[in-house]
Amino acid sequence: MNVGLFIPCYIDQFYPNAAIATLKLLQKLGVKVSYPIHQTCCGQPMANSGFEHLTTGCNELFIKNFAEFDYIVSPSGSCVLHVKEHLHSHEEEEKAQGVRKKVYELTEFLTDILKVDKLTARFPHKVGVHQSCHGQRGLKMSQMTELVAEPFSKPMQLLQMVQDLELVELSRPDECCGFGGTFCVAEEAISVKMGKDRVADHVNHGAQYITAADMSCLMHMEGILRRQNSQVKVLHIAEILNAEEV
Amino acid sequence: MSTGTKDHAGLADIFNEDEARVDWHDETLWFVRAKRDKAAHTLPEWEALRENASKIKDNVLSNLHDYLLQFEAKAQQNGITVHWAADAKEHNEIVTSILKAQSVTRIVKSKSMLTEECHLNEHLQQNGIEVIDTDLGERIVQLAEEPPSHIVLPCIHKKKEEIGELFHEHLGTPQGESDPQFLTAAARVHLREKFLTRKAAITGVNFAIAETGEFVVCTNEGNADMGAHLADVHIACMGIEKIIPKRKHLAVFLRLLARSATGQPITTYSSHFNKPRAGQEMHLVLVDNGRTKQLGRADFRNSLKCIRCGACMNTCPVYRRSGGHSYHTAIAGPIGSILAPNLDMKEYADLPFASTLCGSCTNVCPVKINIHEQLYKWRQVIVKEGYADKKKAVAMKAMEFTLSHPFVYKNAGKAGRWVIKHAPFMVNNNLNLWYKQREMPEPPKQSFSEWYKKNNNE
Repeated sequence: MNVGLFIPCYIDQFYPNAAIATLKLLQKLGVKVSYPIHQTCCGQPMANSGFEHLTTGCNELFIKNFAEFDYIVSPSGSCVLHVKEHLHSHEEEEKAQGVRKKVYELTEFLTDILKVDKLTARFPHKVGVHQSCHGQRGLKMSQMTELVAEPFSKPMQLLQMVQDLELVELSRPDECCGFGGTFCVAEEAISVKMGKDRVADHVNHGAQYITAADMSCLMHMEGILRRQNSQVKVLHIAEILNAEEV
Repeated sequence: MSTGTKDHAGLADIFNEDEARVDWHDETLWFVRAKRDKAAHTLPEWEALRENASKIKDNVLSNLHDYLLQFEAKAQQNGITVHWAADAKEHNEIVTSILKAQSVTRIVKSKSMLTEECHLNEHLQQNGIEVIDTDLGERIVQLAEEPPSHIVLPCIHKKKEEIGELFHEHLGTPQGESDPQFLTAAARVHLREKFLTRKAAITGVNFAIAETGEFVVCTNEGNADMGAHLADVHIACMGIEKIIPKRKHLAVFLRLLARSATGQPITTYSSHFNKPRAGQEMHLVLVDNGRTKQLGRADFRNSLKCIRCGACMNTCPVYRRSGGHSYHTAIAGPIGSILAPNLDMKEYADLPFASTLCGSCTNVCPVKINIHEQLYKWRQVIVKEGYADKKKAVAMKAMEFTLSHPFVYKNAGKAGRWVIKHAPFMVNNNLNLWYKQREMPEPPKQSFSEWYKKNNNE
């Protein structure tokens, strides 16, 4: 199995540790992973702002970088959802379709393809899980509280395999954090208020860490936590699943 | 509704100046969402019911022409006078002419979002006709000279103390009295006199049944019935999408409507109007006002499935924290944001962007409208039609160039991180909207791609 590692632009630039943990975790699980060095971005920031027509260059570049792999794996549910729903190509639509089918968010790749049932990680802390909307409602990584349906959660299933990790319950288990791409500056007041409320839910329930399968939500919540001088930290789920704390 | 030049973000900014109030508004609506969840979970067949409702509405939208004509014929047989209005103006003129023909100058009106959409009250007032809204929430906002902020809970943005003040001023209740039961009793006395003295009543329509020519009005207060039964003239106003094929389909929608709206198993009154009683005139106005245009937009047509339950507003994290008035349109929230651009794309160009695309609205929608996907699609349309912010368009073009060229991207990333690290004052200021209430991410020494080149020899 040949896996292409897709690292979203802002993770590449600001959160390399999340990317390193993703790579190491996959390698630890026996997967052959390569990182195509000329990748940039999936084009989502433009598309969600109404400029999907400007994403042609990003799409072609993405196909060039990733079409050859058996699977494409990324530590971001939101970027994966964008590729799955909106990646097209004028010249190579067949390849685009292939890419759309084989792109996976990290935790769903672990539970659905690798069928991981144990991990060696240890993380002796209280952790709150933020269910990022695009991963949850878009990729269906967890059941959604709006629906009358059986509960499940792929990220939590994995976190439960981590030794000494304690999950905290939240009052609103799947409310949006308010990041929303350019929404975070275009609707600054609402974005921040949503973020403050989300952070408070975790803090009030005793979380020491907030984790998620999307770094963008965490970046937003981290900005708020640090402004509040909070001791609570954010950590991408890959860093917890790969943790070797003793 | 006029809000000056402010868009959703600007109006939301103002709403957020009072954080405690935002918390209260959010909690109040979340409570309704939680009640809805509880009610939905009492029905194991809930998801099948939604699917069923969605399919019935698909059928309606595909056969709207035939159902409308069938409905018209049956309604006429029953003795109802049917009118057709192409737009809001025609609708308002029809209603006014019916009232003028009867020399009516004072009327009662139960809740109808269609008449809000058409700004009927203003039109009637300009024609010397006084309108009393009889839904308690609507009466409250009417006294406050405000539009409703929510389609099911029109005065949800008002605290009981503020309502007490209004009632003291307009209805003469004791100053400082804010007990909800006391205030409701005062409103009851006040409205009873209106019901008894007004000769004409306007109601909305929740469902109109093609098979029988009857229409159904759902209220919790019985105010539609009080108005219609006491009046010599009953005028019901409905959007053409309110048609359902058969009576049996009503069961599906009535089970969904109140559970989705307020978490009740059913609305207190679901009143069927078949024909005028002896000596009464019954009029029904069928209104298009952009609906056929929306029907012609493949990506947006199923927004017409909406049964106006308001569940998308209650669940929307943006609506709960920005208030209904920030949407500056008759129908606020997620559903309003996909309906309004059809009516006026320039005026409402901001609304599809007033969302994080979290998708919760789509999940609660009882008729399974893909609301968040339509928000995304409206964004594309609005940009293509040239209604996007010009500065944003320039920024997006620059972003496109950077992200399409790996080497430009690597250098831009380096430069960005260098700036944050060595000249934080360039980004950490109030012109940077991220930084206003959030810290910037700490710039790492190297990007992942730089680390990978050094550390990974595959």
